Amino acid sequence: MPTVYIPTLLQTVTGGKSSVQVDGATVRQVIDNLEKFYPGIRERLLDQGKLRPNISVAVDGEVTPMGLLEAVGPQSEVHFVAAIKGG
Amino acid sequence: MNTEEYSVIGTRPVRHDGADKVTGRALYGADFQMAGLLHGFILRSPHAHARIRRIDTRKAAAFPGVQAVLTADDFPQVPERLVDLGEGDTPLSYARGNVLAQGKVLYRGHAVAAVAASSIHVAEEAAGLIEVDYEVLPCALTAPDAMREGAPILHEDLKTKEFGEQTSRVSNVAEHFRHAMGDIDAGFAEAEVTVEREFNTATVHQGYIEPHNATALWNNDGRILVWCSTQGAFVVRDVTACLLDVPVSRVKVTPMEIGGGFGGKIPVYLEPVAALLSKKTGRPVKIVMSRKDVFEASGPTPGSYIKVKIGARKDGRITAAQAYLAYEAGAYPGAMVAPGAMCVFAAYDIANVVIDGFDVVVNKPSTAAYRAPGATNAAFATESVVDEIAEKLGMDPLDFRLKNAAKQGTRRADGPKYRRIGCIEVIEAMKKHPHYSAPLGGPNRGRGVAIGFWFNVGLPSSCTISVNADGTVNLVEGSTDIGGTRTSIAMQAAEVLGIPAEAVRPTVVDTDSVGFTAVTGGSRTTFATGWAAYEAAHDVVRQLRDRAAKLWEVEAASVTMDRGVFRAADKSITFQELAAKLDQTGGPVVGRGAVNPRGVGGSFSGNIVDVEVDPETGKVTILRFTAVQDAGKAIHPSYVEGQMQGGSVQSIGWALNEEYWMNGSGTMMNSSLLDYRMPTALDLPMIDTVIVEVPNPGHPFGVRGVGEANIVPPPGAIANAIYHAAGVRMDRLPMNPPAIMEAIWKQRD
Amino acid sequence: MHNTVRVQTTINGEAREFLCEPRQSLLECLRDVLGLTGTKEGCNDGNCGACTVLMDDRVVTSCLVLGVEAQGAQITTIEGIARGSDLHPLQRAFLQNAALQCGVCTPGFIVAAKALLDREPNPNEEQIRLWLANNLCRCTGYDKIIRAVEQAAEEARA
Repeated sequence: MPTVYIPTLLQTVTGGKSSVQVDGATVRQVIDNLEKFYPGIRERLLDQGKLRPNISVAVDGEVTPMGLLEAVGPQSEVHFVAAIKGG
Repeated sequence: MNTEEYSVIGTRPVRHDGADKVTGRALYGADFQMAGLLHGFILRSPHAHARIRRIDTRKAAAFPGVQAVLTADDFPQVPERLVDLGEGDTPLSYARGNVLAQGKVLYRGHAVAAVAASSIHVAEEAAGLIEVDYEVLPCALTAPDAMREGAPILHEDLKTKEFGEQTSRVSNVAEHFRHAMGDIDAGFAEAEVTVEREFNTATVHQGYIEPHNATALWNNDGRILVWCSTQGAFVVRDVTACLLDVPVSRVKVTPMEIGGGFGGKIPVYLEPVAALLSKKTGRPVKIVMSRKDVFEASGPTPGSYIKVKIGARKDGRITAAQAYLAYEAGAYPGAMVAPGAMCVFAAYDIANVVIDGFDVVVNKPSTAAYRAPGATNAAFATESVVDEIAEKLGMDPLDFRLKNAAKQGTRRADGPKYRRIGCIEVIEAMKKHPHYSAPLGGPNRGRGVAIGFWFNVGLPSSCTISVNADGTVNLVEGSTDIGGTRTSIAMQAAEVLGIPAEAVRPTVVDTDSVGFTAVTGGSRTTFATGWAAYEAAHDVVRQLRDRAAKLWEVEAASVTMDRGVFRAADKSITFQELAAKLDQTGGPVVGRGAVNPRGVGGSFSGNIVDVEVDPETGKVTILRFTAVQDAGKAIHPSYVEGQMQGGSVQSIGWALNEEYWMNGSGTMMNSSLLDYRMPTALDLPMIDTVIVEVPNPGHPFGVRGVGEANIVPPPGAIANAIYHAAGVRMDRLPMNPPAIMEAIWKQRD
Repeated sequence: MHNTVRVQTTINGEAREFLCEPRQSLLECLRDVLGLTGTKEGCNDGNCGACTVLMDDRVVTSCLVLGVEAQGAQITTIEGIARGSDLHPLQRAFLQNAALQCGVCTPGFIVAAKALLDREPNPNEEQIRLWLANNLCRCTGYDKIIRAVEQAAEEARA
């Protein structure tokens, strides 16, 4: 089952847990399933169905341009990180 | 593709735009001319923080030669939403407010009104007749000041955000980030040596030699045409369209040649103003920033207050690390503290980490990126503390770093585990470089080292390639060429096609003529636009295999291509020969590529620097400087070296001399290139470079972006060298002569 | 226009005449009046060297010279450095050594370096750095520029 890492400031919603195993074949499904265990967490990550501004998703250590649509494997790690652009 | 034997990649062809650039023919934004051109001048606030009670433009409008006057009220009132400024999403009101102030001015230099006239001199004179009634307010100029209880509030509606949750605190802290991993208390308890230090870094500017400029024509067909100097023509298009409330297709942006950017030419300042002036006058309007405007009203990079605490065991293993980073965002939220927080310990494998980052608004120009945004400030702190710990443990500073170096599988504090990276390879290259063991050769001399990291980004790019009958190809792309990327992109296409680099004709085109392409920045251009060219070239190859098959009347699947020669059974034909036969085999061949790649590889860099400190004046002379960086694969080594040398020298200036010297009321006292002291040729030795190549498995040629990571380690390396030369540990940037003398005197007492 | 002055001068070996206001700098006259945009403005107060031209063989920052001062002078700009359709050795050396990235400072450097090589055909590194100290480059860190000037000098001596 994929592992979702919970950003430090969101751990108040998960009762202090820093990572949660949750099912899903895409990032969107993983977030939806996470919401079932920890209501309110989806709203912290999404705004009107899209990732909140300046947040990116990294699956297995790689930031993905596909965001919520990115596929997630059974051993995958999912992270929410600050979106970096650079200069 | 055989990675060991490239024909074009790794060579050093002369850049395709070379002749134009050395003869003065290349056209930069300020060179643009058009019939009927008017000149725009922007009136700017003399106050760092004030309410605008009233603006009276009547006298200016009546001045002979003036064609139009503009204030923020002339902007269409568009409902609030988020715009992508190329540096992240920002509320539209912030983007528009920074272009022309509405209601309040938030920094000295904030644009307040604009005049279009027949000459720049007339426009400037007329602007002096605009009467602005200000109610001056107290200002906050540093992050600690702005975070204090009772500090003047810049935005009455700004409440601190914490990962998607708006707290109810109205303050100048726009956002608070936190990364925590492991058990920080246990980690410090296990440490046998702990060092905690505080650092302050001053605001610095990217210092590009070419000031911002833009010409806009609101044409009679409703299209808005823009010619400007920018790192991202599509960003200009999208932001200008958004602020003027028109569909993006109404705006066409032609990027002119650009005289440096480094992140500072990603934000949009002038284009919407020029466009509105053009709408009012029916004529093209050109606006060029003065150097003073560039300092006071573009986007310098954040000053910061940073606290770093690191604990290690006697055997040299770091057990815990903690950082507090408060970065000045300038007038609007968006200081690059998030990447700073992600980079601060990114070079090390540490199990127990806590990082707090604060994005703080202050009454200074709204900050922009400067190469690896946020990372340089953080590395100055970390690399100084690491050096102190290594010394306390009696360990060689590079060995200490090797012992704790991040590697594949290391988990960073922000969460993800590294894929293949070259941190260890960079440190090892530093260790075995002759510089590291060379004698210092004199008194008051010292050697320092430091390492740093930058993520690099991917983002979308597009490209088309069409084949000419003479065996050359035209390559059309949309990445403005700041450092030779026309050529590094052309070289990747040439490698795929099996033709020389000189046979590719690259052109950078406007937003009508190429698919969406993100900014030239983030160390992405050779990586991503090169990848788009790679895809387009493969598309060409596929089509040419079909054409050869037609010629030979065989199945396309039986045709192979290797290094520009197509073969099937006993037949062969070169790219050049086949190109001459396109007409008879079906017509033109045009290949396309459009990418939004993953597979980005981060880049590590490191410096060895020798300095001499004059104990009487505090002047620091750089005696010898070596820059090492992991490029993954250097497509054009000369331009990779150039990025390393350029970023290093900018960072040397950041370390030793450059700062916004502000007085108490928020005026920059040194807003000229005389007193904002950037390095000259006389201040420096040659900059030796070592390109390490740990190929990025995510990219077809193994490319890692190189433009940014080189700015990260120099201040730390120089601080460490100063310590070994003069016995003082510096805790502020810049480490200029007065600061060094104060530190020396303080130590003597 | 305000009171205009007629200026007769020689630019890149060619007799030229133009009208300007007394308050216009030579830089402004070259770029906006004569259309010679190869010379660049970086600071307009003599501190970056992007506007470097030769005036009677002296290296000057044209932003600090008034247009009217060009009367009777011999001006050399970047547009006059190439030899017909052949590049000057300095221009070739800059390209071969990748001594430019954004290129905006390059015209000023080439004009200044030409003046150096006209006076001192065998300059050492320190002399080159001192001569070019008023030309700021923010992209290259100067290393490859110095090497390009050294190469051009060597080529000219050969």
